[in-house]
Amino acid sequence: MITIVDYGLGNIRAFLNAYHRLNVDATTATSAAELRGASKVILPGVGAFDHAMQRLQDSGMREVLDELVLKQDVPVLGVCVGMQILARSSDEGQLPGLGWIEGRVRGFASLHTGGRLPLPHMGWNDVRPVAQHSLFDRLESDARFYFLHSFFFECAKSENALAVSSYGTDFSSAVHADNIFGVQFHPEKSHHFGTRLLKNFAEL
Amino acid sequence: MLRPRIIPCLLVKNGGLVKTVQFRDPKYVGDPINAVKIFNEKETDELMVLDIDATAEGAEPNFKRIAHLAVECRMPLCYGGGIKKVDQAKQIIGLGVEKVAISSAAIENPRLISMIAREIGSQSVVVVLDVRRQPMGTAYEVWTHNASRNTGKPVVAVAREAESLGAGEIVVNSIDNDGQMQGYDLALARTVREATSLPLTVLGGAGSLADIGALIRACGVVGAAAGSLFVFKGGYRAVLINYPGQAQKDGLIRDALRS
Repeated sequence: MITIVDYGLGNIRAFLNAYHRLNVDATTATSAAELRGASKVILPGVGAFDHAMQRLQDSGMREVLDELVLKQDVPVLGVCVGMQILARSSDEGQLPGLGWIEGRVRGFASLHTGGRLPLPHMGWNDVRPVAQHSLFDRLESDARFYFLHSFFFECAKSENALAVSSYGTDFSSAVHADNIFGVQFHPEKSHHFGTRLLKNFAEL
Repeated sequence: MLRPRIIPCLLVKNGGLVKTVQFRDPKYVGDPINAVKIFNEKETDELMVLDIDATAEGAEPNFKRIAHLAVECRMPLCYGGGIKKVDQAKQIIGLGVEKVAISSAAIENPRLISMIAREIGSQSVVVVLDVRRQPMGTAYEVWTHNASRNTGKPVVAVAREAESLGAGEIVVNSIDNDGQMQGYDLALARTVREATSLPLTVLGGAGSLADIGALIRACGVVGAAAGSLFVFKGGYRAVLINYPGQAQKDGLIRDALRS
């Protein structure tokens, strides 16, 4: 059973639909009571970093989430801003992140890339795994995923980077520490590539 | 590498899918949900659905229809038509739509762009500019209400203002080239590309994949949107939903970016 944290951000329906097509049981949690006991968790998110942290705090699910992920080693997959809030902090906001994976979130706009870099980074880009992990099992070498973001995750330790993508710079498009995973792209909207990754997460 | 996006643009009128020529003579081409299902199977990059009745008739967005579309749509979806208020945009995003397109309301009241961006994030705010080349000149002006009202505003100024107010994408739609299937207005595309550093999607005129290649050659990594190209087949405009396969799309993009 996959539990999708519904704190008002992200395309919850798209995850439910994807798992429905895969014949994998999935449900949503909108409260601490509904989240408690989850065995696998997806943490979606769109919009601004502080807004996401605030909404998560206000949802009342923060403590249960900490308990599940940090004490019970329940696998969690953060998606888009849900991945960025795994970091300690973001240049986009003031609030501290969850701090589960060491790193900070930076803006593409702060890069000095010479040419003009249209922002947000919007569209289909390559994702190159840089470590062996079953999350990327059976994905084609030309797998591409849908991105929509202006900030990116910068790992403090290279061993936390699971995949890399390029947009003005190489950035971590997937991160990992023990039972904690994050992807910057949207697997729920990335056709069979994303479906594969969501299936892999379900099978971890 | 970030790829150019190839985007079918579907127009909805009276609940059915239509295709226009120069924003007139809507021809019924099928059922929107059926079209979405076919584009799912073809693993389409992104989909844009515009309700062309709503603003012209002063109607609210049809939330029931949007919910149905969002449930069926497995690719990123941009929805537009009749959005005048922040709450409407929020509600549409809440239904599982990635981006909302605003046009007339944003041009009449540009502050709406920042108000909506504050609620749903800039990445989800698309400003659509319907543009006509002025007779006897090279100036491009923005029109609204299905090309029935000229705002008199030059496209470059409107695009820059939208960017400064927090839009996340500009869609520039050529009224002159709409439905003609003779190629994009590349001069217009270049003009807007140079005016803004937002992601840009160009719509209006594509009649072949070669036209999309020409747009990518002219503008680099852009969104190439098309209506007729993906709903008609052949010179007699027989209705047949179509979209290039992955290998064909990759080849087209590779060749266009190399030259």
